[in-house]
Amino acid sequence: MSGFPSGRTAIVGAATFGQGRAPGFEASDLAAIAAGMALEDAGLTLADVDGLFFCHPTDTMGGLSFAQYLGIRPRVTDNNRTGGSAFQTYVEHAACLLDAGLIDCALIAYGSNQATATGKLVSTVQPMRYEAPYRPLNPVSSYALATARHMHQYGTTREQLGAVALAARAWAQLNPEAFKRDPLTMDDYLASRRVSDPLTVLDCCLVTDGAAAVVMTRADRARDLKRKPVHVLGAAAETHHREIGWLDDLTVTAAQASGARAYAQAGLGPSDIDVVQLYDAFTINTILFLEDLGFCPKGEGGRFVQDGAIAPGGALAVNTNGGGLSCCHPGMYGLFTIVEAVRQLRGECGDRQVAGAERALAHGNGGVLSSQATVILGV
Amino acid sequence: MDVTHPDAEFRAFLAEGRFMIQRSRGTRAFVFYPRAVAPGTGARDLEWVEASGRGVVYSTTVVRKKPPEPSYNVALIDLDEGVRMMSRVEGLDPEAVTIGMAVRARIIDQEGEPVVIFDPVEGGQ
Repeated sequence: MSGFPSGRTAIVGAATFGQGRAPGFEASDLAAIAAGMALEDAGLTLADVDGLFFCHPTDTMGGLSFAQYLGIRPRVTDNNRTGGSAFQTYVEHAACLLDAGLIDCALIAYGSNQATATGKLVSTVQPMRYEAPYRPLNPVSSYALATARHMHQYGTTREQLGAVALAARAWAQLNPEAFKRDPLTMDDYLASRRVSDPLTVLDCCLVTDGAAAVVMTRADRARDLKRKPVHVLGAAAETHHREIGWLDDLTVTAAQASGARAYAQAGLGPSDIDVVQLYDAFTINTILFLEDLGFCPKGEGGRFVQDGAIAPGGALAVNTNGGGLSCCHPGMYGLFTIVEAVRQLRGECGDRQVAGAERALAHGNGGVLSSQATVILGV
Repeated sequence: MDVTHPDAEFRAFLAEGRFMIQRSRGTRAFVFYPRAVAPGTGARDLEWVEASGRGVVYSTTVVRKKPPEPSYNVALIDLDEGVRMMSRVEGLDPEAVTIGMAVRARIIDQEGEPVVIFDPVEGGQ
């Protein structure tokens, strides 16, 4: 028995703000604006919020700071920092707390001004004592080590990784909010500057600003609000390690476990999912998560994507906003996968809309393939 | 020998030229990095044992620097004892390090700190 309240809570508001560059704002400004937009979208106000789920790029007590900023006194403040997957775990926790009646309205928010503030990834991560002497360029080197293993074990090629980058860019070209929309060819990809072999600049997610927020409530209340509710059918997480050397097999992530539990909660399998949003911090992520979430067999991810299967018009719609590779990546990206899934299920995605999408999966990744969390949504 | 201050003792051994790892007395499983309790069981029964120093490259990358700063290797090494550590393989071009390569540990002084790195084993692989 999972105990998860499948279908008994819903996302009733969703918003993004400042994806790309948002000069003149602090991180909390951006998150607060997105939060306000998401509440307006739901037809609710800050006075309704009694559960706050938030992490700040650098303020480790950001959950408190953000409650103060908003002028609210939440009963529940979840400041969990599992990395970019934190937002999927917020959905899991919020669903349980809402269903138990401990809270009535959950606000999940994130914002970062890292690109305009510093031009590079901003985080609180400290080098690990037993890695630091070897100067890995983290997080890139950790994902590079996983990529090298996947190539070694399964024959995955640079061109197959490139197909992930090209598909993300092609989707971004259909998304007016995406930051990188200029054409990208395989020749461009293969000529890209090396960062940590075999990964190049174009295997890495963007460094952008941006904010996102979603609002959740119980399904009975959601029916009376102004937007079509997007029900939370499943949400599950698993932590496997912190540093990459403690991932047992660098080609197998805890997404297998989080995905299996989320599917079981929802009573669905991969073939039931119409649109897939995966946390693509690096090109290898998309390949690993397609495998671990059951969209193709282990080891086949490269061959699965190589002929455009995940690009617009392909067999499986993946990262329809352009992903972290081409839409935005403000340090922690998990919430953006959830907002894009909501938008697809509401049918408001314009040129990139997946026709008739009723079931969506939004998968978050934290650390260096360390924390995996899967949310399944439906209308 | 009882483990009391894992990190400090590990470094003190390295400074003496000894590459030591831990082992649980109960399960006989080796442990790296140094800890006060055994992972998985929570047992406070870790003891120091001399690592064989033999290992195999599990994965490898080259961190690319802008010349003239040299690019360098970063690798994960599976030790014969069944534990894995991050390190680098020296004595060959960083891109010539390959998965499956047999390597042997060596302690070097890196900016005043003793550090374990690995060399390829001649005729290994």
